[in-house]
Amino acid sequence: MSAVREFLVPFGQRKVAAFGLAFLVLVLVAALLAPWIAPYDPQQIDAIDRLAPPSAEHWFGTDHAGRDLFSRVIYGARMALLTGAGVVAIALIFGVLLGTLSAYFPTLGMVLMRIVDVLMGVPALLLALALVVILGKGLFNSMIAVGAIYVTTTARITYGLTRKIAAETYIEAVTSLGAGHWRIIRRHILPNLLSPLMVQATFIFAFAQLSAASLDFLGLGLPPDVPSWGNMIAETTRYITRAPGLLMFPGAAIILTVFSLNLVGDVLRDRLDPRFKDDLAK
Amino acid sequence: MSALLEVEGLKTWFPVRSPLLRRTVGRIRAVDGVRLKVEAGRTLGLVGESGCGKSTLGRTIVRLLEPTEGEIRIDGIDVTRARGRDLLAMRRRVQMVFQDPYASLNPRLRVGDAIGEPLDIHRLVRSRGEKHDRVAALLDKVGLGAEAMDRYPHEFSGGQRQRIGIARALVLNPELLVADEPVSALDVSVQAQVINLMRDLQRDFNLGYLFIAHDLSVVRHISDDVAIMYLGRIVETGPKTKLFAMPRHPYTRGLLLSVPVPDPTRRRGAHAPLAGGLPNPADPPPGCTFHPRCPYATEICRLERPELRPLGDGQTAACHHAEEVAASGRAV
Amino acid sequence: MSTPAERPLLAVESLQVGIRSARGTFLAIEEVGFALDEGEVLGLVGESGCGKSITALAVMGLLPQPVARITAGQVWFDGTDLAALTNEQMRHMRGDRLGMIFQEPMTSLNPVYRVGDQLVEALREHRPLGRGEAWREAVAMLDMVGIPAARDRASSYPHELSGGMRQRVMIAMALICRPKLLIADEPTTALDVSTQAQILDLLLSLKRELGMAILMITHDLGVVAEVADRVAVMYAGRIVETADVFELFRAPRHPYTDALLRSIPRLDSELDRLVTIEGTVASPLERPSGCSFRDRCPRARPRCAEAVPPLGELAPGHRARCYFPVEAPAPQAERV
Repeated sequence: MSAVREFLVPFGQRKVAAFGLAFLVLVLVAALLAPWIAPYDPQQIDAIDRLAPPSAEHWFGTDHAGRDLFSRVIYGARMALLTGAGVVAIALIFGVLLGTLSAYFPTLGMVLMRIVDVLMGVPALLLALALVVILGKGLFNSMIAVGAIYVTTTARITYGLTRKIAAETYIEAVTSLGAGHWRIIRRHILPNLLSPLMVQATFIFAFAQLSAASLDFLGLGLPPDVPSWGNMIAETTRYITRAPGLLMFPGAAIILTVFSLNLVGDVLRDRLDPRFKDDLAK
Repeated sequence: MSALLEVEGLKTWFPVRSPLLRRTVGRIRAVDGVRLKVEAGRTLGLVGESGCGKSTLGRTIVRLLEPTEGEIRIDGIDVTRARGRDLLAMRRRVQMVFQDPYASLNPRLRVGDAIGEPLDIHRLVRSRGEKHDRVAALLDKVGLGAEAMDRYPHEFSGGQRQRIGIARALVLNPELLVADEPVSALDVSVQAQVINLMRDLQRDFNLGYLFIAHDLSVVRHISDDVAIMYLGRIVETGPKTKLFAMPRHPYTRGLLLSVPVPDPTRRRGAHAPLAGGLPNPADPPPGCTFHPRCPYATEICRLERPELRPLGDGQTAACHHAEEVAASGRAV
Repeated sequence: MSTPAERPLLAVESLQVGIRSARGTFLAIEEVGFALDEGEVLGLVGESGCGKSITALAVMGLLPQPVARITAGQVWFDGTDLAALTNEQMRHMRGDRLGMIFQEPMTSLNPVYRVGDQLVEALREHRPLGRGEAWREAVAMLDMVGIPAARDRASSYPHELSGGMRQRVMIAMALICRPKLLIADEPTTALDVSTQAQILDLLLSLKRELGMAILMITHDLGVVAEVADRVAVMYAGRIVETADVFELFRAPRHPYTDALLRSIPRLDSELDRLVTIEGTVASPLERPSGCSFRDRCPRARPRCAEAVPPLGELAPGHRARCYFPVEAPAPQAERV
């Protein structure tokens, strides 16, 4: 349990980061307990009470179909986490695969990294759009599309890190002990990639929200009725002047989530840097 | 009866490539024709300054680098180009101890796992219990308890980490250890502990050591025989006491005179014995590569490169004026 | 008021340095005091973690604030207490009247500027010189530190020079304003033994030419024996012995000094097995009560745990911080 305590120490030192962590926990709780927390069914239409301002009955008000905004925002947390997790998974799995193999087998690497370079030259959203056009819409496909954007950056980062790790003395040592390529990659390189990749993951998670929301906004992501924050913003363009809450609440949710992820990522990165490096008072 | 390690005409050259097209424009002759021998149970101290190629030589012998030319024989068996199974077999007999105790252990691996890994790689144990016992026994032998097994490298000091590295090198029961500056990164008082440990282990396991170092004082304490290296070649060899008492190569003599002795009554005073620095390894001087810095140099030294020649008493030196150097009096 | 020749150039008194770390505040330096006369070389010896480098940084005002700071004591330099100066005031002193060189020359050399330009910058920081004049001074200084073809070399970049040459450049930078005190923190540790001999020679000859004092910080007792006039031995944040260099090597009185001298491998010794010091240096957070060396000392007795021994004068000019110092050997005849 001291590992948990150690993890929390830097958050005690920086109040803003603590807020970020707290907010993420809030989002997580909302996502997990949505069916029990949300006061209304997010899809329940009420033709009469449309575009209502925040009130005791509807904390965030209602949208153009009379649906409770608060409940929709809570359910939106689910989509946010799901999308984020999916994108991170795709980005990490393929990115790490690409990066480590390229670094460890230089001739293969030269070819692969040039392909990655070309892909990185394509503006991120265009790439995602192109993939959606090819694959079609829907949750799964938008995860792949957005994930593809971050496969390239992850690959590049992993490539650099793997090259650095492969040059370390302990890799030389284990080579001289007779270890083969696969053992080295599996047992020595990958575990040492864990920390920097965790940091990377939080940033990918954050940007995934924005990219996914953009896709939803363009109508190329999730089906329109699914309560994702991006969808909610998309639906409200016509009603902004009448009910600004329709934009503000899901918008704030996205902004705060991204902000919190970045804060936590920063703290993680600072913590992981020269953590176990050498003697204290040298 | 062949020696434990025999190296003949070993060369390790690195190509220098042009930045854009990666054409080879030159060669760095890091190891440029080395012959040496290490006997079982004895230590050959290999001394040289940075850039002389001693680390490259060590790594080539252990096959972390590929030799460009020459032969490496372990117990008479030629392992120079060994691959696959043969290479693995060689690795069981020759192991390396590295210089930097902070970099030579995987920070994510527990000590017990790090030491036990070679047993897995070579499939030498049949059960976890057996592996555990072997690792524990070794940790005991190097002066750390079996409790160290479950801890991580960062929990240990430099000297202790070096002991762990030594334990890891010994787990396969090798016959030869190539130690690349094993105590250079350690504190003075810790150096003594590790040196003593290595001597005890040598005695207990009849290990041969190729002890690579730049510190002549350390080499003096652990070696039986000494070889001096300069710009990729061995310039002098001999039994320790004879070499230190009466060096035959001007570079050896210069090195010995440069070492500050911890005794103020024996101050060297001004005039550093060796002027200048190491020449560019990609473009070495003609003839004897040491001649630009040599107080004994004459015309022949510029024209003809001296080979290592025997000078009696088990000493060899690569110098046209070895006799003159020997007659110059004590260097220590 | 004492005349400058009578008082020491540098007198550190009861210096204490505290460091804030994740695990709490501790004293990197518990209590350090020593004096250095003009033109003298004082060797400050100790192993890693004893606080010798921190002492140097404290004198130069280069402690990484706010994590580390001087919590007590004075640093008297030529009549001024450096510990009481502001950062701005210290900045004027550094490079001008106090110089420092480090173990790694690349840390004080900026890789993107020519060597000559860096010297010029160091010079013009403290002296009102024009660029041309400053450049000539820089070249002269490079020449003085033994760099061949100084005029051409001044236009080189640091990476074009060898390790030994970079060290010389760093020495040139530290000395270009002719400071009275040079602090050298392990200046030759990263160098080959042949280059080390050259650099030590250089430092001694510059000392004579420029009339400066040197505080030589090192862990290498050979280096100390070679260059120092007097020696101060540090252990766990305190000075444990000071003496004239000949006296220290002939008759070490503190058990740590004694053990250290016996444990180092020597070129001129006949011993095969090295004598080791039991145990390891305690971390600054876990120093034992009383004498911090007592856990490892073969002469320790109950009294050693009660209180830190004072630095007592055992012979003129020879002090040791020990209740039961090692006996002094009978005076020897001079070695021929």
